[in-house]
Amino acid sequence: MKQFISFVKKEFYHIFRDRRTMFILLGMPVVQIVLFGFALTNEVKNSRIAVLDHAKDNESSVLINQLDASKYFDVQQIIQSDHEIEPIFKQGKVKMVVIIPPSFQEDLRHMNKSSIQLIADASDPNVANTLTNYATALIMDYQKSITQNQKIPYTINTEVRMLYNPQLKGAYNFVPGVMAMVLLLVCTMMTAITIVREKEMGTMEVMLVSPMKPQLVVMAKAVPYLLLSTINIATILLLSVFVLEVPINGSIVLLVAASILFILVSLSLGLLISSGAESQQTAMFISLVALFLPTIMLSGFMFPIENMPLPLRTFSNIVPAKWYYNIVKGVMIKGLNVFGIWKELLILTGMMLFFLTIAIRQFKIRLQ
Amino acid sequence: MNTIINQEGNYNPPPLGDGGMDAVVVKNISKTYGKKKEVQALNNISFSVNPGELFGIIGPDGAGKTSLFRILTTLLLADEGAATVDGFDVVKDYKAIRKRVGYMPGRFSLYQDLTVEENLNFFATIFNTSIEENYDLIKDIYVQIEPFKKRKAGKLSGGMKQKLALSCALIHRPSVLFLDEPTTGVDAVSRKEFWEMLRRLKDQGITILVSTPYMDEAGLCDRVALIQKGKIMSIDSPEAIVNAFPYPLLAVKSVNMLPLLNELKLYDGLKDAYVFGEYHHAVLKNDNAVTGLKEYLEAKNFSVEINPVRPNIEDCFMMLMKSVSSEAQKQDV
Repeated sequence: MKQFISFVKKEFYHIFRDRRTMFILLGMPVVQIVLFGFALTNEVKNSRIAVLDHAKDNESSVLINQLDASKYFDVQQIIQSDHEIEPIFKQGKVKMVVIIPPSFQEDLRHMNKSSIQLIADASDPNVANTLTNYATALIMDYQKSITQNQKIPYTINTEVRMLYNPQLKGAYNFVPGVMAMVLLLVCTMMTAITIVREKEMGTMEVMLVSPMKPQLVVMAKAVPYLLLSTINIATILLLSVFVLEVPINGSIVLLVAASILFILVSLSLGLLISSGAESQQTAMFISLVALFLPTIMLSGFMFPIENMPLPLRTFSNIVPAKWYYNIVKGVMIKGLNVFGIWKELLILTGMMLFFLTIAIRQFKIRLQ
Repeated sequence: MNTIINQEGNYNPPPLGDGGMDAVVVKNISKTYGKKKEVQALNNISFSVNPGELFGIIGPDGAGKTSLFRILTTLLLADEGAATVDGFDVVKDYKAIRKRVGYMPGRFSLYQDLTVEENLNFFATIFNTSIEENYDLIKDIYVQIEPFKKRKAGKLSGGMKQKLALSCALIHRPSVLFLDEPTTGVDAVSRKEFWEMLRRLKDQGITILVSTPYMDEAGLCDRVALIQKGKIMSIDSPEAIVNAFPYPLLAVKSVNMLPLLNELKLYDGLKDAYVFGEYHHAVLKNDNAVTGLKEYLEAKNFSVEINPVRPNIEDCFMMLMKSVSSEAQKQDV
């Protein structure tokens, strides 16, 4: 036991004396949360639009004002003719043009009917889609406001309630994703690299010719990363609750316990990689290609898994981050309890035991 | 010819002792590398080391020294043969061996970002001991690096690094100490100091196996094994190896050294000639050739200085290498 503690202490010296490692370990989660929280967002805000108002009447100006006043749009330009539409899209000045037909007010009042054309720049399909949806919603609101005093036969109103995330904040989605990414990076990649470094530096050779059990060497290397990862969980949770205002609806104990389970899975993977890799570069490469990419692509964090073709959907099941991502989303956002996530917990436990067994069996007690 | 080398140019090992007595016993060890076993690192090696002996394994780079050390320290498995350290089998009882030997690899293998003190403390704990417990053993060595105990190991000079590595390898009072090329890349003064330390350790009863490519260090060992291309050419005390040198040896010097060497090689009575410091060493076939040499060279207009010299290990190594390779050539034909 004294050996073990001494080894863990030594490992902390390594970490604390290497500024780069320290930064990756403790700085990265903060940077990622801040980046995803404030810079990299797929929410649409203050999009620049142009208006081609053929009507120039009362109602049309009210509508334009409403669009401009909403937080989604910023009316940048009022254009005068159809010929101007194409050029302003090409210059990239606006994302959407709203065209109001002549006699807009007349048509509304006398024929009870009019139409508005929305032209969007669909070179980014998602943004175009979102913009037209927002605009349609705003126009519908406007329509309701003018029709509220009249009786219209057969109207169906949709009442939409966004459960768990009423404001549709992106942070609700990426906080669980960032947690999975950071833990994977810290636990898997850093652990694998530090073990392989001992091989590269020749210190593993000396360690092997000692009474310390090789398995114990490897375990001792993993402990500091386990501790540092719990600090990372705390940092991420504090930042998301107090800076990004993402609530923790479920039990925080359950969330932390599940995170520790995921950390153990990642550590086992790190140990597995280290037993195969002979150089730090190889260890890093395997970690990035075999783990990091699938985590980003197939955990559901960036792209919805439901829309993927069957082979990818099947493959996503062996990506540990997918299950962890579901757990964090479930507990943190939906407030699920342990019965809501037992399946995921079971799968992660199984994965951990599987990887750990292989890693320990693969561990070489000699140099070759 | 030489008694040590038999007809095939192989070394014939003495029969192995009763095992329990010898600190290290190596029996017919062979080791190859590569998928097709194309690199022969060790070829049927056998020897044994007495307890408390300072045993040198002398040979050039690539002779197989490191492979041999790694097999004995249980880090590699031999293809064939068996070996024991302190009576324990290197394959079966590897755990017991790892508890009782000290090993210093050829490359500096301590933690560079830990200080001198931290390294030593760490290795002491790993071996279930403390610096205080065995301080008397490492005291002579450690006092020399103690002034730098707060310095990172990576920032030490070559000689200091070796002293620290030796301290770490000794901290658990090993019964057998394996030092793989401890003096390679270390300055002459530190090398001398290092060997003095080894002598003192030997006095403490520790069996020491040390490998080195420097022939001049052979004389500091109790016994040496001369190894070349995975084969042991000779095992004996340095004196016995030197005494067994069967030919007259002369040191020859002149103003023009390079033409002199070429001319020497054309001499009938010559066995071998090579550069040796500021002299050429000429190995002659017999005593008649010695007297003829001066005449021969003067006839070629060389004003030469010729002195008979006592062979040293390097001369023996050159001679053994030549006879082994000529035997091998004969076999090939």
